[in-house]
Amino acid sequence: MISDDTRVQFYKDMVRIRTYEAALQRDYHADKTPQWDIGAGLIPGEMHLAAGQEPVAVGLCANLEQDDAITGPHRPHHLALAKGVDMKAMTAEIFGRVTGLCHGKGGHMHLFDPANHFSCSGIIAQGMPVAVGQAFAFNRKGTDNVAVAVAGEGAANQGAFHEALNLAAMWKLPVIFIIEDNDWAISVARDTATPIKDGSLRAAAYGMPSARIEGNDVEAIYEACKIAVDRARAGGGPTMLEIHTVRLWGHFEGDAQAYRGDELQEATERDPIPAYEKRLRAAGLLDDEAVAAIQAEAQAEVEAAIAFAKESPEPKPSDAYLHVFA
Amino acid sequence: MTATIDASTRRVTTAKAISEAIAQEMRTDPNVFVMGEDVGPYGGIFGSTGGLFDEFGATRIIDTPISETGFIGAGIGAAVEGMRPVVELMFVDFFGVCFDQIYNHMAKIHYESGGNVKVPMVLMMAVGGGYSDAAQHSQCLWASFAHMPGMKVVAPSNPYDAKGLMISAIRDDNPVIFMFHKGVMGLPWMAKNPRSIGPVPEEEYTVPIGKAAVAHEGSDVTVVSISMSVQHCLDVAEELEGDVSVEVLDLRSLVPLDREAILASVAKTGRLVIVDEDYKSFGMSGEVIATIADHDPSMLKAPVQRVCYPDVPVPYARVLEYEVLPTRDKIKAAIAKVMG
Ligand SMILES: Cc1ncc(C[n+]2csc(CCOP(=O)(O)OP(=O)(O)O)c2C)c(N)n1
Repeated sequence: MISDDTRVQFYKDMVRIRTYEAALQRDYHADKTPQWDIGAGLIPGEMHLAAGQEPVAVGLCANLEQDDAITGPHRPHHLALAKGVDMKAMTAEIFGRVTGLCHGKGGHMHLFDPANHFSCSGIIAQGMPVAVGQAFAFNRKGTDNVAVAVAGEGAANQGAFHEALNLAAMWKLPVIFIIEDNDWAISVARDTATPIKDGSLRAAAYGMPSARIEGNDVEAIYEACKIAVDRARAGGGPTMLEIHTVRLWGHFEGDAQAYRGDELQEATERDPIPAYEKRLRAAGLLDDEAVAAIQAEAQAEVEAAIAFAKESPEPKPSDAYLHVFA
Repeated sequence: MTATIDASTRRVTTAKAISEAIAQEMRTDPNVFVMGEDVGPYGGIFGSTGGLFDEFGATRIIDTPISETGFIGAGIGAAVEGMRPVVELMFVDFFGVCFDQIYNHMAKIHYESGGNVKVPMVLMMAVGGGYSDAAQHSQCLWASFAHMPGMKVVAPSNPYDAKGLMISAIRDDNPVIFMFHKGVMGLPWMAKNPRSIGPVPEEEYTVPIGKAAVAHEGSDVTVVSISMSVQHCLDVAEELEGDVSVEVLDLRSLVPLDREAILASVAKTGRLVIVDEDYKSFGMSGEVIATIADHDPSMLKAPVQRVCYPDVPVPYARVLEYEVLPTRDKIKAAIAKVMG
C-alpha cells in the first residue's frame, strides 16, 4: 500500500518536473524569433524535453537513495530532478553559465552531478554500460547501492544495451535497466524498429527478470521499480523494466511532428498528470486549493532557478581550454 | 560531365542539391537505395533525403532502428552483392558505436580480397558545430576517417559541389564518406551563410572526387580549407580585396588529397594559412604542411599559420564554443600574420 502522503508527493514531484519542462520550453523559444535559429537565444542547441514521462522518473527515484546512481539519456531533466540534482545548478548549466553543474561545458545532454551519482549522455544507449561499471564499484566497495541505466525504447536496438545486460547478468550486479518506451525514436515508430511487441522479453536472453509496465501510472511504476531495486540491493542481481510512457511534445524543440498524424492527439489524451490528479481528487487527497498551491510552489521554485541562471555570469572564453585533462 | 552555370540557373540549398543527386541516381539505377535513421518521411534530420520517401517509398528509402553497426554493416553486405547503398549516419560523432564496420570492413574488404571484392557504398553524415550542440554532436572528425586507408572522404562547401560530388560518390566503386556540414545545408532553422544557397543545374553532372577548387583566386597568400570554413575564408577573401590578394583553395576531399593544387597555389603565393574545423593535431593542417615540407620547404616566405580547432572537446556555452571555433576574425588575423 502506498501511503496517502506518498501519493500526494508523487503528484507534487510530477508537477514540479512538468512545470520545469514547460518553463524551459517557454524560455528556449522566447528569443529565437523572428527567424527561428537553433543556435540563438539564452538556451541554444538541441533541447529534448520529457513531458509525459514524469511517472517513470518519479516512480523510479522514489526507490533510490542519494548514493544510488543513474545514467540517463539525451532526454534527462525529469530523471535529474527526481534524483535530486540541484535545480539551480542544472538550470544554470542549460543556460551555459559558469555556476552550472559543469560550468557551461556540458549543456543539457551532458549533465554530471557526482554528488547525486547522476550523469547522462547524448549517444544512444551508451550510458548503459557505464551504469554496469558503477554497480560493479558499489559491489566491490561492499555498499548496497544500486545503479540504474535509463534509455528509450529506440536505444534497446543498440548493441551497447545487449552487451550491458549480458555483463550485468553474468556478474549478477545491482543494476536496474529501465527502458522508457514512448513509442517513438525521433520519427521512427517503435513498431517499425523491432518485431518484438514486448521489449522486456529480451531480458530472458540473459536470464534476467523483467517486466513490461503498461499505463504510465506512477504507482505501478513505483511498485515495479521497488521489486527491482530491492532485489538488486539484496544481491539478487539485475532487472530490466520496459515502461510504456508517452512523449507529449516533439522529439526536440522545433520538431513539427508531421510524422505523428492522429497519434499526436491520442497521445495528448494520455497525459499522466491530469489523470493522476483526477484519481487523487476522487480519493479525496487533492482539491482545487491543494492543486493550486502545489502548482504555485512548483512555479516559484522553477522561476527562481531560471532567475538564478540568467543572473549568473557566463564562463570566461579562456575556460574553454580548461579540464581537458585532470 | 560538367554543367554550366549562368544567371538563369536556379538557386537551391545544399540539402536540396544532395537529395536531388540521390533521386536522380535512383531513377537511373535500381541498385541505389537509402537507409538510415529518420531518412524516410522525416527526410533526414538535416534534410539530406528530403522528398525521397514520397517518390521512392519505403522499400528504397528505409528508416532503420538505432542500430548503426547493424545497418552500416548491412550496407556493406548489399554493396558487395552489387547494390549501391547510400547509408546515413546521422552525426559523425556517432561513429564510435559502429566504427568497426567502417574501417575494418567497408574500408578494407577491397584490399584484403586482393581487389576481388568491391564496396561501392556512400556513407553520408552531418558534421560541424557552431550552434551549441556540445561535445557529442558538433565535431568534424574528417581526419579520423582520412587517416585510415581505403575510404574516400569528401566534404563539400556549397550546393553545386555537393550535388556533383554526391553523384560521383554514388557512381564510385569505392566506399565514400560524404560529410555535409550542418552550416552548409541551408537549413531553415539554423543561421546560415548565404553561400549555403547557390546555383545548381537541374541536369545530372559530376564533380570529380580528389580535385580541389580554387574558390577565390589570389596571389599574396594561399588559404587552404574544406567544408563550412571555406565559406568563412571566402568572406574574408572578399573583404580583403584590394588590400591582400587571397587565394582560397577548397580541398573538397581529403582522400584523395589534391596535393598538386596545394603545391601550385603555394608556389604562386609563398604564404600558407590552413583553416580547419577539425581538431588541430594529427590532422588535415599537418598533412597540408607536410605536403609542402616533403616537396620544397623553401617555397614558403613565412611560417605557416593554422586556424584549427584546438585539441579540446567542443564546449557547450556559446562564449566557450566561439573561443575555439575557426571564425572570420581568426582567419583575418592569421592572414595578417603571414603577410608580416
Ligand atoms: C548512437 C546514436 N545514434 C543516433 C543518435 C541520434 N538520436 C538521438 S535521440 C534518437 C532517438 C532516441 O529514441 P529513444 O531511445 O526511443 O529515446 P527518446 O528520444 O524517444 O526519448 C536518435 C536516433 C544518437 N544520439 N546516438
